[in-house]
Amino acid sequence: MPNTGSSLPESSLAAPAIKMPPKPEVGLPLWLLAELTYRCPLQCPYCSNPLDFAKQGQELTTEQWFKVMREARQMGAAQIGFSGGEPLVRQDLAELIAEARRLGYYTNLITSGIGLTEQKIIDFKEAGLDHIQISFQASDEQVNNMLAGSKKAFAQKLEMARAVKKHGYPMVLNFVTHRHNIDKIDKIIELCIALEADFVELATCQFYGWAHLNREGLLPTKDQLVRAERVTNEYRDKLAAENHPCKLIFVTPDYYEERPKACMNGWGNIFLTVTPDGTALPCHGARQMPVEFPNVREHTMQHIWYDSFGFNRYRGYDWMPEPCRSCDEKEKDFGGCRCQAFMLTGDAANADPVCSKSPHHGMIVQAREEAEYATQTIEQLAFRNDRNSRLIAKS
Amino acid sequence: MSFDRQQTPSWRRGYRFQFEPAQNGHVLLYPEGMIKLNESASAIGGLIDGQRNVAAIIEALSEQFPGFPELGADVEQFMEVARAEHWIELA
Repeated sequence: MPNTGSSLPESSLAAPAIKMPPKPEVGLPLWLLAELTYRCPLQCPYCSNPLDFAKQGQELTTEQWFKVMREARQMGAAQIGFSGGEPLVRQDLAELIAEARRLGYYTNLITSGIGLTEQKIIDFKEAGLDHIQISFQASDEQVNNMLAGSKKAFAQKLEMARAVKKHGYPMVLNFVTHRHNIDKIDKIIELCIALEADFVELATCQFYGWAHLNREGLLPTKDQLVRAERVTNEYRDKLAAENHPCKLIFVTPDYYEERPKACMNGWGNIFLTVTPDGTALPCHGARQMPVEFPNVREHTMQHIWYDSFGFNRYRGYDWMPEPCRSCDEKEKDFGGCRCQAFMLTGDAANADPVCSKSPHHGMIVQAREEAEYATQTIEQLAFRNDRNSRLIAKS
Repeated sequence: MSFDRQQTPSWRRGYRFQFEPAQNGHVLLYPEGMIKLNESASAIGGLIDGQRNVAAIIEALSEQFPGFPELGADVEQFMEVARAEHWIELA
């Protein structure tokens, strides 16, 4: 068990008369997301990276990542995701994989496939990589490449997906769906089955980072979503009837829910993200919030997880205003997503506006109505690249 | 239909059974996921090596935990569930 003793104030021993409020029980950081870099050859307009990624600080060194992985592993982290940006641009990726595997992590590479080669797939396998997830932008070449902002992306992804399976990895294929590709969901599923994916994530775009900026041009209509879910269920039945091992995971966007998601299973409860410059976050979207988050260059993971201000900020229930405070569902969904509450209401403690009990829920309803009439084409979206990032950071 | 105990289970490719000190228990790890196993599932899981068949696993457990007549049925049930979930393959 991790030593949580350090979260008790020293003074409680010396002055037992002072009664401290009880600290909420803290889960183990089972999931470590290592965002190795914000560099990426693609420009997806729904990227969850921060809008101002171009002005972020220096990337952590190999040794600094080793320390992060070692400390988090001791605290119970079992899954590690190497992500980004595009993690393949890190020249030390094979070294990081090898160290993670040696420490006992289940190692996941989350990649666009751009920059991957069959030789790297072989090298990573030798280093101990457990699994590769490849993200696609669409099921057909033209839309995929337009969204990715790259002419060669699609063919490269197909080739790499085949190589991943050839070399004995389990494979997850991830499709972010939105109004421009969701009607092709049957083609997407067929492609994934043909590529022998073990898991398929059909993740309807969530609106953080660049996706929030482009929401009007991305949010599908209710009809589009209902149809996509029905088609997915038909394929699920078909796969189950064949005892086929491929599993389809369908993620509904928050904007069509009436209750918020139990985001991250609670703030600082399972999930720990370390960003390229070493800032530690309870979720990869939290960077934009006006909360001071600790950096792994200055603190141990033990301190970051158990003692830091940022990770304790929204633990438990005491921080909640109404309508969450007296809500009988607060232990189920923790009031939803703090980042979404901040983006949409300006105060991260507010109820996630996705909840129909939120006084701000009208914004969500309005976004759904706007989706019925939106006319933005793919070309009109703001693409995630250095130029746009600098422009946004300046303004 | 009766269960064929001559079948040999092995973990599906990409699935790893491992002890986690921080959780004081065994887990099954797979792409981006983890299942915490209870004590009996852990005891069975620890014997899945792609070599032992189900009969051999039952025999090994009977020696380890004598006096549990339902043990054979429990192991069969575990195998059925694990196969349905695609955690293991039975050959």
